[in-house]
Amino acid sequence: MTKFTFTEKKDTRSGFGVGLHELGKENGSVVALCADLTGSLKMDAFKKEFPERFYQVGIAEANMMGLAAGMTISGKIPFTGTFANFSTGRVYDQIRQSIAYSGKNVKICASHAGLTLGEDGATHQILEDIGMMKMLPGMTVIVPCDHDQTKAATIALGSHVGPTYLRFGRPSWPIFTTGRPFTIGKADKMIEGKDVTIFACGHLVWNAIEAEAVLAEKGISVELINIHTIKPLDVEAVLASVEKTRCVVTCEEHQINGGLGDSIAQVLSRFNPTPIEMVAVNDSFGESGTPTQLLKKYGLGPENIVAAVEKVLKRKK
Amino acid sequence: MSQTADIPQLKKIASQVRRDIVRMVHACQSGHPGGSLGCTDFFVALYFHILKHDPKFNMKAEGEDMFFLSNGHISPVWYSVLARSGYFDVKELATFRQLNSRLQGHPATHEHLPGIRIASGSLGQGLSVALGAAQAKKLAGDDRFVFVLMGDGELQEGQVWEAAMYAAHNKMDNVIASIDYNGQQIDGPVNKILSLLDLKAKWEAFGWEVIDSNGNNMDEIVKALEFAKTQAKKGKPVMNLMKTEMGFGVDYMVGSHKWHGVAPNDDELAKALAQLELTLGDY
Repeated sequence: MTKFTFTEKKDTRSGFGVGLHELGKENGSVVALCADLTGSLKMDAFKKEFPERFYQVGIAEANMMGLAAGMTISGKIPFTGTFANFSTGRVYDQIRQSIAYSGKNVKICASHAGLTLGEDGATHQILEDIGMMKMLPGMTVIVPCDHDQTKAATIALGSHVGPTYLRFGRPSWPIFTTGRPFTIGKADKMIEGKDVTIFACGHLVWNAIEAEAVLAEKGISVELINIHTIKPLDVEAVLASVEKTRCVVTCEEHQINGGLGDSIAQVLSRFNPTPIEMVAVNDSFGESGTPTQLLKKYGLGPENIVAAVEKVLKRKK
Repeated sequence: MSQTADIPQLKKIASQVRRDIVRMVHACQSGHPGGSLGCTDFFVALYFHILKHDPKFNMKAEGEDMFFLSNGHISPVWYSVLARSGYFDVKELATFRQLNSRLQGHPATHEHLPGIRIASGSLGQGLSVALGAAQAKKLAGDDRFVFVLMGDGELQEGQVWEAAMYAAHNKMDNVIASIDYNGQQIDGPVNKILSLLDLKAKWEAFGWEVIDSNGNNMDEIVKALEFAKTQAKKGKPVMNLMKTEMGFGVDYMVGSHKWHGVAPNDDELAKALAQLELTLGDY
């Protein structure tokens, strides 16, 4: 049985920074744009080594999205960097028309997503971005779970053609995917089990790992699948696991409406109706606090995942 | 292009393009004739004299000039000029705004119409896109120009001014923007809806080299665009503030916002065509 532990914590945004820098060395077509958050997005290394391919656009995100779209036309691969809130909600129409509908190869890289942004509070804690982005036709949506997977995802974007949303975050977080293969669109089965499937993404994959340990003590066998690519969803992996476990819990740092749980529920209701519980923010805004305090208060902690599993097991037929 | 413009020939083309516009809009009973007619001379000057371009259409436009239409609702004039330039068969103009057409109501790349490099229609986005394309040209060492057209009402969108700042700050001197300065928008005159005040002073204050032009005189618009090119490559983006009249060329449409987005009926079409000389043959 695989057991996940960690010896080091790092922020996922640093994984993006390291990945972008590596990709910059490999691929001269990669360019980066940033809206006055170079340090926060960890884009300094790329900026320092490739100043001619780094574009500081100022606090003007709408213009940044248009610039990025324009740069793709002659074959450049632009990576835009700002907070998730300003990467999506603020510029939705620009993304929709100039990037998604126009089929432009822009990589929208978004940090500080979700509650774990912490003390800055609800103005910056976007919890609707996965939903907004996955609704756009042709948009790939990736939510990696730790530093190393964010790095792997960033590098993978260099050879992936098409508009993409890459969502990561601010807090220091356990690193536990070191050396694991990463393929866009292919779900990662992290723990094999038979009683219940947990589908998780982003920071909540670690919380699900902690929940699994508690559940194992209680004799409950959990299958944990990391859905790092929300769209296109690995439907085959979802259905194969559910065929075996016949009940599901989804976990995400996002609104209950429009996120991972929503995507899984749609697949299940169409192809294999199955009891499902969702660990997500229940139609509310966040607030100031530490990441751990916020995850606990809004029901996204390991204990909430344990409770959701116990609840769904009772509904299992 | 360095050769002298054949003004009489350009005028003939413009007359035919205006016929195309009113016929296209009439056929589907929708679309935007006013701005299309007002910008016809500009488009004809651009595609038949100013731009270095190839109707075989290479999306990347390496070594060629690029044009972006930000106020995408005047698609009829662009489609007509692209077809008349050889990008696609003029017969395809008959499919404008119809189901399964490449000639969408607003320009799009989705259906792969040659000549179109990005979707536009939702206003305020084209200048940013043009700047991105121009930035990539600079990075690639490609010394050709990027042209972009915006509406004047469109300047009410905040994104335009984000882009305006970026262009001057980054010395985007391979960009030549034009404004269709007709003073009209859907709900009425621009200065009654949300005044732009002194537009020339605004663009100058934003760090642009601004030239004035008359967009409804072929000789003058050709000279203005030629002059704009001489003003480029000097460290500043260039803005061509182009006075036009909405509906120019059709007497009952001229100067009124009422024809911004309304199609002529059968009688009105006949009246319009009677004023526009048939020169290259209708599609």
